[in-house]
Amino acid sequence: MGTKRHFRVWRGDESGGDIQDYDVEVNEGEVVLDIIHRLQATQTPDLACRWNCKAGKCGSCSMEINGKPKLGCMTRMSTFEEDETVTITPLRTFPIIRDLVTDVSFNYEKARETPAFAPPAGVAPGQYRMKQVDVERSQEFRKCIECFLCQNTCHVVRDHEENKAAFSGPRFFIRAAELDMHPLDARTDRKDYAQAEQGLGFCNITKCCTEVCPEHIKITDNAIIPMKERVVDRRYDPLVWLGRKIFRRDQLDEPAHAGAVPSVHTAGTPFTQARPAEGARVRDDGRMDVAELALPTQGGPSPFGDDQEFPLPLDHLNYTPPPTEKATEKDTKGH
Amino acid sequence: MTTRIERHHYDVVVIGAGGAGLRAAIEARLAGKRTAIISKSLFGKAHTVMAEGGAAAAMGNVNSKDNWMVHFRDTMRGGKFLNNFRMAELHAKEAPERIWELETYGALFDRTKDGKISQRNFGGHEYPRLAHVGDRTGLELIRTLQQKIVSLQQEDFAETGSYDAKIKVFAETTITELLLDGDQVAGAFGYYRESGEFLLLEAPAVVLATGGVGRSYKVTSNSWEYTGDGHALALRAGATLINMEFLQFHPTGMVWPPSVKGILVTESVRGDGGVLRNSDGKRFMFNYVPDVFRKQYADTEEEADRWYDDPDNNRRPPELLPRDEVARAINNEVKEGRGTKAGGVYLDVSTRMPAEKIIKRLPSMHHQFKELADVDITKQPMEVGPTCHYVMGGVEVDPDSAAASGTVTGLFAAGEVSGGMHGSNRLGGNSLSDLLVFGKRAGEHASAYVDALAKRPKVATADVEAALDVALAPLNRQSGENPYTLQQDLQAVMGDLVGIIRRAGELTDALKRLQEIKQRVTNVGAVGGRRYNPGWHLALDLRNMLVVSECTAKAALEREESRGGHTREDFPGMNPQWRKVNLVCSLDKSGDVHLERKPLPKMRGELISLFERTELSKYLTDDELTEFDALEAK
Amino acid sequence: MTTTATRPDAGRARAAIAAKTLRTDRWWFPPLITFVGLAAWVTYATVRVFMHKWYYVDEFHYLTPFYSPCITDRCVEGSAEFGTPLPSFWLIPEAAFTLPFLLLFRLTCYYYRKAYYRAFWLSPPACAVPDAHQKYSGETRFPLIFQNIHRYAFYAAGIISLINTWDAIRAFHSGNGFGFGLGNIVLVGNVVMLWLYTLSCHSCRHIAGGRLKHFSAHPVRYRFWTFVSKLNTRHMLLAWITLGTLALTDFYVMAVAADWFPDLRFVG
Repeated sequence: MGTKRHFRVWRGDESGGDIQDYDVEVNEGEVVLDIIHRLQATQTPDLACRWNCKAGKCGSCSMEINGKPKLGCMTRMSTFEEDETVTITPLRTFPIIRDLVTDVSFNYEKARETPAFAPPAGVAPGQYRMKQVDVERSQEFRKCIECFLCQNTCHVVRDHEENKAAFSGPRFFIRAAELDMHPLDARTDRKDYAQAEQGLGFCNITKCCTEVCPEHIKITDNAIIPMKERVVDRRYDPLVWLGRKIFRRDQLDEPAHAGAVPSVHTAGTPFTQARPAEGARVRDDGRMDVAELALPTQGGPSPFGDDQEFPLPLDHLNYTPPPTEKATEKDTKGH
Repeated sequence: MTTRIERHHYDVVVIGAGGAGLRAAIEARLAGKRTAIISKSLFGKAHTVMAEGGAAAAMGNVNSKDNWMVHFRDTMRGGKFLNNFRMAELHAKEAPERIWELETYGALFDRTKDGKISQRNFGGHEYPRLAHVGDRTGLELIRTLQQKIVSLQQEDFAETGSYDAKIKVFAETTITELLLDGDQVAGAFGYYRESGEFLLLEAPAVVLATGGVGRSYKVTSNSWEYTGDGHALALRAGATLINMEFLQFHPTGMVWPPSVKGILVTESVRGDGGVLRNSDGKRFMFNYVPDVFRKQYADTEEEADRWYDDPDNNRRPPELLPRDEVARAINNEVKEGRGTKAGGVYLDVSTRMPAEKIIKRLPSMHHQFKELADVDITKQPMEVGPTCHYVMGGVEVDPDSAAASGTVTGLFAAGEVSGGMHGSNRLGGNSLSDLLVFGKRAGEHASAYVDALAKRPKVATADVEAALDVALAPLNRQSGENPYTLQQDLQAVMGDLVGIIRRAGELTDALKRLQEIKQRVTNVGAVGGRRYNPGWHLALDLRNMLVVSECTAKAALEREESRGGHTREDFPGMNPQWRKVNLVCSLDKSGDVHLERKPLPKMRGELISLFERTELSKYLTDDELTEFDALEAK
Repeated sequence: MTTTATRPDAGRARAAIAAKTLRTDRWWFPPLITFVGLAAWVTYATVRVFMHKWYYVDEFHYLTPFYSPCITDRCVEGSAEFGTPLPSFWLIPEAAFTLPFLLLFRLTCYYYRKAYYRAFWLSPPACAVPDAHQKYSGETRFPLIFQNIHRYAFYAAGIISLINTWDAIRAFHSGNGFGFGLGNIVLVGNVVMLWLYTLSCHSCRHIAGGRLKHFSAHPVRYRFWTFVSKLNTRHMLLAWITLGTLALTDFYVMAVAADWFPDLRFVG
């Protein structure tokens, strides 16, 4: 059912290599990574290529397909013309190891240099309180699957190897932004760090990182530009300066606070067997969740066992009411 | 070709860089141990990222009635009482602390209105219990732990000037052999995938956290790393595996297009009106309603259709039968030739609901099929079939210390590679919390074990040479059998004969064929050199997959009942006698798999008292019930 | 978490791929139209600014935004609302106080930066296409470090938008009372678009609320930020639309002022 299609794959290592031609069978519904697997299984068992989840969730199979940085598992063959030659090359920005595998340690080194999350002092685990609106911005950046396509496509390092030392790349700008916007992060020097150590100034916002992001994170608009603006805030903005003087308010360096707290929580509330039975939980639309529906009895497993009938026969109750004066038989029958 | 071997010395070596491995490494490093993390792929790419639902922990943020005892009961119930009760207990008790800890590492879970960690409902959990971040909780977990490790490395850097002083990640490195000194773990031998260079890590304690075995199956939601390495390493080191017959299959995984084979299709598709049809266009589920469910399920399409709007006066459509029933039905349709070409059946919502409604109700599914498969589920049916999802069985461990049982000491296991915690079936959301709870325990006890050692075990040169020979063997047989073909054959045997529904005859057949494949694996070859050679890597993984598959097949043949993730067509019911038995798998010197029965540890009185007698009576033998009654009477 | 850096013989060379780019699509097309579009607009605007005529229709109080506010001696009667402090030298545009800021606002705008860095400076012309320059220091040093003054330009643009709004309002007052013609629609349309473009600015988004750490503590600013964020996603579109409406408005006023065609009057 498949058709033979023409592929060109870069083969080689650091000592050199070239683009080689292959004719591979392509079936309906396949992605580029499937073709590489078919190549491995039928023609070139030693073709090196990274991959893991095949579902666009791990970010391993980054490669350049017809010159564009993409995930192999997310590039469907149907996006190409029937007779189009597909050229697959390794990421250009990083040192080559073999075939489609590159040495991405640059990214891990930069990750290691970026200061980690600083937990707020005096807030015990379990007492962190954050509002959903406050965490949403950072959550967008935490969607990052570290495929490093943004790092690869960024011309600052792609075309200028010498900038690698001074420039961390989009992946780590979103990390800096994530932490700077984290409602409980205790550090206040993230902006300075981004400016001075990460090389935020190298970015000329040509937005290629956003264009290639498979997770559709708005890297430029939501992370890099806000970080640039935050740097400006701190250094040059006259109105901010005035605002601080007049209102004696300093939102910029707003310290991390835990919000309304405390209620120390250890391991759930005390257990009681005399818990009243509850109705089945329903979703917003008033239906029960299918996971519950799939159970033999509706409403999820009963805490009392599936075939327990209510009310319980009185002589089976192991509940002894506390000796109060008004304890009548009627009370005990209730709950 | 050089055979230079890089040597390293560590206190604790953690094999596996998923949730459990990273958590163990953090704990070992916090205990002051020099720790190595072995990651088969790049750092942070572990299969943990695929977990979507959440991490179950009885924090009681959404419903304050939740607590560890309810969680414990849910877990035991889900595992059909075959769980190691102590593991389930520790898991339920410690999960909230482990989740809260993640927040101090920088995790950002979705929040409740009052700013606590939000928790969601999930099948089998009595209360909303799953801490989550949208549908990417696994990614959040792995990234958080990864960043915590970086933060620890930064501390070390500040102190010593070297990031790797106390904790080092060996990315894209595979361990092929554990080395022993007598019965003590002395080190691990492996290779860098990138360069093909070998390395020897000398360490008195090894934590296995290598995940599952799904790659032995044709259709699986697991990635290539899941070749059962940890299971096999443990076996060869003298440890034992339990419950290997229990594999969780999800009834609806994608089977077409091939690129996404195995990826899960959420159950809500059926709950929202999706129907299953075979290639003749027939809604076949009506033929598969077991007698016990007749009363609750509709027997005409008309009634079933009415149910979606009026569930009170109609019986449910049979598509909503329990997972194993649906999986069994799909399996049977396909086996009898009424499946699609790709070996699945059709799951159709496109003819059931208007397009806007589908997009509103099933946004993520619509997106998943659109992006990954170019299938518009508002216009076309999906093709689905059962997919191998999780292995409940694994290394038999001591519940408190996560130390592996068997003859070996110094070996620990946590996460999917360990067995017992989930019994015969895992509840959704329990795996992520399992990773954290037992990952921490493994790291902690591995460190304690190192502290208690009087003398460091030594690696014998002969063992290293032997391991080296084994690793190089496929490369020396350039014309040997193609590893990809062998893997396909193995997957065919496991998928067809040791799949979701098992029969004695097929299992016997499978064991015979596994023996044949075993012979062929000894002759597997790999062309090319050592540098990043996937053919070679697969050739080395094959023997792990094979030995684990053999355990599964043997145990499946032995256990003559159906329970949780093990369904025998010839023994359809649960048998209380079998509940008392774990099947323990071990390896002898010649490499043959042995199986023995071992009694399940008995639940402590105060724990068993958490259950009602009526419920217990479904699982326990009469003798056990008598004992329970005596306990209750006290 | 090093991977290969510690490995003794990991090669440092990149993959030897001869082709500069392997992109097969028409990657050169977007920068080309950007180039043509911006160049055409700049040419038109330059010509118009130094024309020094046909910028005001006294009858209907139409003043082109290119000449607003008109502050040189040369300003025709009725067009100078804010005095005429500047002499009439041909190099001095009538709107000498505003044009530099408007230019600055657009020049330092985060969208236009992308556009001209790609289309004019070829740094890079398109994603995964090589940069045309040997050296690259981005916006880290003089002169490009001054891109960071976008914030000031935004404040100025806000004030100028107010002036433009006043121009548009004043145009409803023709000769003897309320008047309303096609020119008013053009002027108002232009001002609305200018406001949308100005408000959708990244700096505005930041000032509105982007700089806050805790949205939950500032609900009003959070709502404003949400609003600006929505506009902000269309910043590029608005940038082009306003180029269009500016040129169109100017051309319309010019045409009416030069009597090429009469204003279409609905009222008055």
